Amino acid sequence: MKHFDVVVIGGGHAGSEAALAAARMGVQTALVTLSAETIGVMSCNPAIGGLGKGHLVREIDALDGAMGRVADTAGIQFRLLNRKKGPAVQGPRAQADRALYRQAMQIEVTQCPNLSVVVGEAVDLVMDAGAVVGVILADGSEIRSEAVILTTGTFLRGIIHIGDVSRPGGRMGEDPSVRMAERMDSFGLNLGRLKTGTPPRLDGRTIDWAKLERQPGDEDPTLFSFLSKSVVAPQVDCGITHTNPQTHEIIEKNLSRSAMYGGQIDGVGPRYCPSIEDKVVRFADKSAHQIFLEPEGAYDHTVYPNGISTSLPIDVQEAYVKSIVGLEQTEILQPGYAIEYDYIDPRSLKLNLELRDVAGLFLAGQINGTTGYEEAAAQGLVAGINAARRVRSLAPIYFERRHSYIGVMIDDLITRGVSEPYRMFTSRAEFRLSLRADNADQRLTSLGREIGCVSDSRWEAYSTKMEGISSAKAVMAEINFSAKDIAGLGIKLSPDGPKRTALDALSLADFEMPHIAKLTNTAIPGDAAIHQQIKNDALYANYIARQAKDIAAMERDEKLLIPSTIDYAVISGLSNELVAKLMRVRPKDIAQAGRIEGMTPAGLLLLVAWIKQRSVKKTGT
Amino acid sequence: MDTIFALATAQGRAGVAIVRISGEHAFVAASRLTNDLPKNRGVRRLVDQDGVHLDDALVLVFQDGQSFTGEPVVELHLHGSIAVVGAVLRVLGDDGDLRPAEAGEFTRRALENGKLDLAQVEGLADLIDAETEVQRRQALRVLDGALGDLAGEWRAKLLRAAALIEATIDFADEDVPVDVRPEVMTLLNEVRVGLAHEVEGVAVAERLRHGFEIAIVGPPNAGKSTLLNRLAGRDAAITSEIAGTTRDIIEVRMDLDGIPVTILDTAGLRESTDIVETLGIEKAVMRAERADLRVFLKMGDEQPILSIEKDDIVLIAKSDVSVAGGVSGKTGAGVDALVYQMTTLLRARVATVGVAMRERHRLAMLRSIDFIDVAYSSLEMGDFMEDLVAEEMRSATRAIDSLLGRVDVEDILGEIFSSFCIGK
Repeated sequence: MKHFDVVVIGGGHAGSEAALAAARMGVQTALVTLSAETIGVMSCNPAIGGLGKGHLVREIDALDGAMGRVADTAGIQFRLLNRKKGPAVQGPRAQADRALYRQAMQIEVTQCPNLSVVVGEAVDLVMDAGAVVGVILADGSEIRSEAVILTTGTFLRGIIHIGDVSRPGGRMGEDPSVRMAERMDSFGLNLGRLKTGTPPRLDGRTIDWAKLERQPGDEDPTLFSFLSKSVVAPQVDCGITHTNPQTHEIIEKNLSRSAMYGGQIDGVGPRYCPSIEDKVVRFADKSAHQIFLEPEGAYDHTVYPNGISTSLPIDVQEAYVKSIVGLEQTEILQPGYAIEYDYIDPRSLKLNLELRDVAGLFLAGQINGTTGYEEAAAQGLVAGINAARRVRSLAPIYFERRHSYIGVMIDDLITRGVSEPYRMFTSRAEFRLSLRADNADQRLTSLGREIGCVSDSRWEAYSTKMEGISSAKAVMAEINFSAKDIAGLGIKLSPDGPKRTALDALSLADFEMPHIAKLTNTAIPGDAAIHQQIKNDALYANYIARQAKDIAAMERDEKLLIPSTIDYAVISGLSNELVAKLMRVRPKDIAQAGRIEGMTPAGLLLLVAWIKQRSVKKTGT
Repeated sequence: MDTIFALATAQGRAGVAIVRISGEHAFVAASRLTNDLPKNRGVRRLVDQDGVHLDDALVLVFQDGQSFTGEPVVELHLHGSIAVVGAVLRVLGDDGDLRPAEAGEFTRRALENGKLDLAQVEGLADLIDAETEVQRRQALRVLDGALGDLAGEWRAKLLRAAALIEATIDFADEDVPVDVRPEVMTLLNEVRVGLAHEVEGVAVAERLRHGFEIAIVGPPNAGKSTLLNRLAGRDAAITSEIAGTTRDIIEVRMDLDGIPVTILDTAGLRESTDIVETLGIEKAVMRAERADLRVFLKMGDEQPILSIEKDDIVLIAKSDVSVAGGVSGKTGAGVDALVYQMTTLLRARVATVGVAMRERHRLAMLRSIDFIDVAYSSLEMGDFMEDLVAEEMRSATRAIDSLLGRVDVEDILGEIFSSFCIGK
């Protein structure tokens, strides 16, 4: 019988990142996948990053995860979204070459020390006294481990729908996991059903590109990884076209044949990623919807038409695609489909992504009700780190809302649950101005180093950058400018105001690094990236100071830990409704308890009182 | 930690109201009211920022560790008049070092500083629940009618403005409007004008005149209207022997020993097949639930349709001859006792919720205006950062949360998804 410290089931974005993280932490890790060829497959759109999502990729990278590096290797069109808006809400995004991405991720996995790939289908778990101690493969063999990370994606009781035809499947051409779903049932967990859709894949050679608007990448590409220096793959443009009244008419006429509108699907789909059927019905007054034609690779003629996901029958898909400008002659390579799958109510998890009631079993990715490669990878990273911590009998690592989007996501999932596939948005982060893509390393890399998931080379690069920043800041803090001089440069500032240091001057929105050179001969050390970082920090300094009170209050409440053994029912004065909510979420501390929907001030007070009394008893004072 | 203040209720008829200030700035803030803050206690003349006399009050000063909360505390024992308490709370509210305490906040601090044990907390938690409930009902009533509609509009407008800005941030690569500035500015300006109008007290004064609401409820033909007429001393409501005569709600304003009250005569509560009467009953239930106090007239052993809450008065209807716990509008038996009971109950509440709620609202609205102003002027200048404007709007919305209920990020996302076709 084989034995590993950690077994990861699934080689998608959550599984790969989980296995890599556990292995980086130094524990013996196995990644069990149906086929080594499918590790790192992008089963939906061929893009990484975006708003909120780009932030997540940067955070994964700051903890030495693979997604950022792999996306940089595979990127064929880079765009920094919101380039003209504040740096806090700028999100890097890239079209990725599907084949290159998969290849680069497979290299990361196969070359990673402590990590082995096991080809096979994990059908069940080995249980011992209520804890998970391994997995059982379809051939009957067992792999024993201290912890298992389950990343089933859309495979748990997956059903694929194309029009009125539906059949079991986890991805196009792959079987679903049914036995594993039954094992989940046996744990008495709350399961729900979600759905997601994909568009038909088009043959790019049959698209009339000359008719279409082109969308090139940025001239000065913004990469994901703090370690990447330049793009690797050849760069391409995307195309833009639109649906039209004729397209809408075809769809409307055939609505009853859509799996979604025909009633075959029970799962809840995401509001921000509606199918074309949904768009036509819900936004009937719009005569056109935008479609981005995204090449799936530099040398691949497959094109992903982003914006027209569907569960209509194949003949209708063909008809409506051909009604679109530029696609009149276009061939469909693979029809669009909708997929329904089981997810587990994430409120059954602890903040380390381990099931509260099943020791040793961690869940990451779509199984927790999320959508998106980036959300999945970030959870994989957290589960991988924490599975390794469990093996070593070390305390779990929690990610905080005020330090990372990862923390925002996990807290949202665990405290509030999901009602549709959960996707990251910057507006979910109340401390958005501090959680920037550009400072993800400053927020997370030292934590990663401390817990042992950050390599020497990244640590050196980070330390060099931080030294650069602090020496540049030291110089700037010694240079003083009069308000008159600053205003003289055309900066919006009253010329009669007090003088300020070069560092303070940067907090003025339109005062940039080059202005400094116009007012002083003193050279500021550091390169452009370091200067940009200092400018960004200064820009938000006043707002971040304003949030300090909120953060202090949150920190105070986070220190009031709620013991996991608490029996809410015995706290007199708590209403039954609150007891039920608290039992479902089982918050870690008072801050988290306060975020539960419907929590009252009196309820919180009783909890605080209970904790206080307990701690007094313990210390005997 | 913030320094907080609130009316620490003075119960009973003594007419003393205690305002408590707790936290590191307590002494500094209190010194602004009196230039001679006593070491322990003393009677002091309190004045506002402009030196205008507020009240002569007993001022108690508790050093760090020796107070109810364990923090430095100043207690102002004021004369319990609405005007005096209102003025003092207003001056404290304008002090940049202070903010109004939230429900249970004093208790929480006391607990954290080891000043309370669990048994004490359980009792206090009940009080806080009651306080929260009273505030909720008060907010419902204050926001009922025209102002409620207005507040609902503000909420919708702020939500829409936030959604517009957030849509350009989070869905920049989607099919959303690029320049949302004109619409956002219009929305913010409308909300600002409305808030400023409220803050100036136009509508607040209007509500002050309405005072507390007391609903008379009970089954049909229990003599509710007759009782109202007796209380009002005139024929305000039509009375008859036919059950179900009162279909609309009849309001009579009166003065109970200086406390302004509105007495509501409601439709008799019973199952009815008459559409008009059913509507009247629904309305009666709604108004009665929101009222500050309910007087139940009981007939026989019938169970009232509405649940009886703490402080509600239950009397035996049509007790034409004087009996304990009975009342009759016809003969006037038991009416004096009822008036006394209502006055006592309301007086205990007068200073606490009424003034505190209004002052809390005023401060929240002022804070909101400040944030709206910053957001608006950034938008006006044109060269603005969306994330900073969004932050100001978030703060503006949070400031009026106490007025309108919490706006969640899910509400903003909901507005975005219903307005724009997101999903490329």
